[in-house]
This record gives sequence, C-alpha cells and structure tokens, in this order.
Amino acid sequence: MTQLTIREAISQALWEEMERDQRVIILGEEVGLWGGTYAVTRGFYDHFGPERVRDTPIAEGVIVGAANGAAMAGLRPVAELMTINFAFLAMDQIVNGAAKIHYMFGGQFKVPVVIRAVGGGGRQLGATHSQTPDAVFAHFPGLKVVAPGTPHDAKGLLKAAIRTDDPVLFIEHATLYQTKGEVPEGDFVEPIGVSKVQRQGSDVTIITYSKMLQLSLQAAEQLALEGVQAEIIDLRSLRPLDMGPALASVKRTNRAVVVEEGWRSFGVGAEVVSRLHEEAFDYLDAPVKRVAQDEVPLPYNRELEQLALPQIDDILAAVREVL
Amino acid sequence: MAQAELAVKTLDEQEMLRLFHEMVLVRRLEEEAARLYQQGKIGGFLHLYIGQEAVSAGVLSVRLPKDRVLTAYRDHGVAIGCGIEAKVVMAELLGKATGAAKGKGGSMHLADIRKNFWGGYAIVGGHLPLAVGMALADQYRGDDAVTICLFGDGATNIGYFHESMNLSMVWKLPLLWICENNKYGMGTSVERSSAVMEMKQKAEGYAMPNSSVNGMDVLAVRAAAQDALGTVRESGTPYFLEIVTYRYRGHSMGDPERYRDSEEIERWRKDDPITVYRSQLIADGHFNAAALAEQEARVEQDIQEAIEFAESSPDPAPSDLYSDIYTES
Repeated sequence: MTQLTIREAISQALWEEMERDQRVIILGEEVGLWGGTYAVTRGFYDHFGPERVRDTPIAEGVIVGAANGAAMAGLRPVAELMTINFAFLAMDQIVNGAAKIHYMFGGQFKVPVVIRAVGGGGRQLGATHSQTPDAVFAHFPGLKVVAPGTPHDAKGLLKAAIRTDDPVLFIEHATLYQTKGEVPEGDFVEPIGVSKVQRQGSDVTIITYSKMLQLSLQAAEQLALEGVQAEIIDLRSLRPLDMGPALASVKRTNRAVVVEEGWRSFGVGAEVVSRLHEEAFDYLDAPVKRVAQDEVPLPYNRELEQLALPQIDDILAAVREVL
Repeated sequence: MAQAELAVKTLDEQEMLRLFHEMVLVRRLEEEAARLYQQGKIGGFLHLYIGQEAVSAGVLSVRLPKDRVLTAYRDHGVAIGCGIEAKVVMAELLGKATGAAKGKGGSMHLADIRKNFWGGYAIVGGHLPLAVGMALADQYRGDDAVTICLFGDGATNIGYFHESMNLSMVWKLPLLWICENNKYGMGTSVERSSAVMEMKQKAEGYAMPNSSVNGMDVLAVRAAAQDALGTVRESGTPYFLEIVTYRYRGHSMGDPERYRDSEEIERWRKDDPITVYRSQLIADGHFNAAALAEQEARVEQDIQEAIEFAESSPDPAPSDLYSDIYTES
C-alpha cells in the first residue's frame, strides 16, 4: 500500500494503461503541452508524444465524437472534458453516439471510449462551471457512469473503464484531487457496477458516492462520538447501479439516508430511495431521507454557494431524523 | 485478401453493366420500400434515395475494401454500394432479425462491419466526428485506408461539420468528405438555409482541397471520386468532394412537399441518372437495349427475392430486447 492523492491515482492509472496498451490515447483540451488543466496528464506529452497525447481545439462535439469513432475503429481513447459542464456540448455524442451504437447496429460495433469529466461545485466558479449533473448521464442505458470517491477506487475503476469494451463516463470531483488514501502497489482493477461498503455500522445506512462519500465518512466519525454507528455504502457506479450492498445494509439497520451533491429532484437519491421502497419496504423503520443540493443554479458568492451545497451538518441532521 | 480485391475495378464493359444494375437495383428497392411503407409493413421514417443513385454507385465503385464508409440516414443506396445484399436491407426495413442491424436499427441505421460500412446515422452531422476518429485510428496505426464520409448539404450548416472539417485538417487525416448536395435540408432549400450556394466553398475556409461534380452522371461521379480518393491516399490529408444531385421524392414518406413545385422535379428528371446512363451506354455502342432490359429483369428477380426473404424472416426474439446493450454484463 502507498499513500496517493486522487490526482496521483488517476494519473498513475492513465500512465500505466498507456504503458500497457498502445491502443490507449488521450485527447482533449490542454491535455498535452499544458499538462492538463487539473495537472492530471503532466509529463505525459513528453513521455508518450504528441501522437498519443493529443491537444484539441475547444470543440467538445468533435472531441467526444472523434473519441467514439477512434474507439469503434479499434483504439482505446480517453477523452478529457475540462469540466462536465462542457459535456452538454457533447451530449449528442455521449447519448446518441456512445450509448447507442452497440445496440442500434445489432451489436456489430463496440465503442470502448472513456470520457473523463470533472464535476462538482464549491470553487466559486458560478452557475455554468459548478454543476453535479451525474444523474442526467446515468439515465441512459448503454453508457456506464462511474464516479469514484477514494484514490483506491479512482485508480482501479479508471483502469477498468479503459479496459472495458463499453463506453464509460468517468466523473472526477474537482475538489477531491488532493484527497489522500491508501492505494495498492502495482496493477489492480476495481469492477465497474459494484457498490462497496466503505464503513461498517449497525444503526443507520448512508448511501452515497464521490465527494459526498468523504463528507459522509466525516459525518460518521461525529456520529460515532454520539454512539451512533453509520454504515456507509459507496455506489461508485451510477450505471450499472448495484443496490445489493445497500439493500443488505438497510435490511440490518432499517434506516437510511442518501447523500448526493446534485439536485434533489429526479436525482440519484430519488432513484435509490425508489429501489429501497421497491425491494426493502418492509424493513424500513423510518422514511428514507435525502441530502442534496438546494434547487438553485449555484451562485458565485462563497457563503451562498456553500449554503446551497450539502454540508456535514446536513448529513448529521438527516441521520438524526431517521433514527 | 486476394490481390484483385486490393485494386479498383477497371471501367470495362462488365463494370459499366454492374453500375447500371446497381443503380436500377437501388431505384427499384426504394420504389418497393415506398409501397411496403404504404402497406404499413415498414414503420418509422423512410428516406428514399431515388434520384441520387449515381452518387452511391459511382463513389463506392472506386473505394477499396479497406476504406471505411459512413453516411447519413438516407443510407439504402450506400448500403447496397458497400455490398450489403438487397434482401438484408429489405429485412432491416421490415424490422426482421435477418436485417442489417438485426431489426434494431431500421431504415436509418443500416451497417455491416464485414463490408467496412460503419453505418447510417440519423442525427444530422453527428457521424462526421466519428469519421474523424476512424481516420485518426487508421493514421495512428499507419494503415493507408481512407475514411469516406457522406453527408447532405443540410449537414454543412451544423457545428459538427465545422468542428470536423477543422480538426481533420489540423490533424491531416486521410478523410474523403463527400457532400451530397440534393438542394434541400428536409424542406428548406439551400438558398433559404446556407450562406453560400456551393457547399465546397465551406471547405475553402479550412484550406481543404475541393471540387464538385454532376451527381446525375455516374461515370463523372466515379471519375471524380477516384481522383479524390487518389489525392487523399497520396497526401494522407482530407479532400472535399461536392456531388450535386437531386431527390425526386420527399424528405421522408411523410413529406407534403409544399416547398417545391412539380416543374422543378420534372426538370431534374430530364437528367435522371439511370435514363441518361442507359442512353449513353447504348449510344456509345457498349450495349443494346435488350442487354440492358435483361439487367432490369434480373433486378426484378432480385427485388422479389429480397421482399420474399424479408417477409418470411423471423422477428427478433423478445429476449433480444436486452441483448447488446453492453458488450459485457
């Protein structure tokens, strides 16, 4: 085991996969000479060269579209979208392209593309650069949507995303890059579409992922001081969504809170709560609570922005309500 | 692969006759598709290629098997040109399991990976970025294949077109862009929707070599496509070929055609690619009328067999609903 930040974990995964497989190329805005606007690909251009680390114009439609096409033609492209907010410019290629092509042509073509996109709020970037629209992308069959919350999972899941023959949207959180954690030495892969128990507990189940996993872990430490043991389920993948560990946990704790950074309406929490009601209704001793972002476009002002984003106190309050 | 398959067929009389046969086949396929649509046997949208047959026949007669082909949703002619059998096209139109996309794609989504035909795409301009990526993959591996991407004049007004023209030149990709200018994007004429009347002018802005050709003349199309392909293969960089053509039928079967008068269609019909080519083959002494009529009779047989095959083919199984969403579960 070694201590890595999520930035280092993602960077290592990319580097190792490029060393392992010549078919892996990177394309996107400022991925080359600049080294990545979040410094994930620093040093890649010098080591792998301009053929494999390709700077593109600021044109998201053709970035994702070309990545789809190259994937169909046998490469394993990793397209970087500087922020997930720009994915809306490439929405057609993600939704009508990547997610459909295998099915729509009767299974003839594969689209083994990875679209890395940086999401999340909290950096005073204003309404168009701060969204957490993960649930939007999780809506589409054919696409895999992965959003890790630890360095271990960031590395293992990105390797899996590059190796799978299916298209994957890999969502990184902009404020998690410095988060540190234990990562195994050497090559390892984490399975896509498998949830994970990140903390064991017997009193309440917190179901979450990405940045909110880290907040939930901190909330759980506070709850422990009050004698409440929270079990934390990290979804890690939104599609395919693995409800197994969450259902097993809720059947023991009988109480659940879902924590997401995106908006509440039609969100990840809404889906998870529905599944809990469908499959574990008789086990619930209290209505499941959702913690989510206030339903506003995120404002620039620091205090207002933090007011809208889910905080540890919101998680604590929700847990106390279901107990 | 046999050496013969690696070279373009020479334009001998056999090839001339094959071109005639293919154009008639596409025309008759489309006419029968229209009939089956009216009978309710074909669902969804049906975009007919009638009038544009010389484009697919001419262009695809000079591509090599290693060259990739993509097109838009008006894709039946291109599918035939790439070598998909008429019966497999017809089966897809009828939504059958034996169709080109196992009944899951329909008229707009024909494809055959074995024929290097990478599909018809139903989002205007949406396949142009895919072509960029495919050409990139070939360039990256050092393959000397050319990606041939066909699209309509309507696609030249969308952002994808400009992003793709630009990047294909920046990355110097082996791409043959073919604009089938049939004068209308759905019901809106080029005059009412484009700032320039010649689509090739849009390639000028990206310093891309370009030319245009009369799309009602199959031999002219063939020659222009051969030159263009040769240029791309030699230079490894993109070329823009505008092929001026015309569709006689509506945009799709549900088109009331209020945007043009019948005189305009009749004017174009005087240049009908099949009629003109038939006269030319006879006038030049290559074939007599009887030989060409024999080809047409052969087509009738092919078409009837295609319809019988499609109608007697099974629907996809209910379990196929969930197959091929992902490559692995």
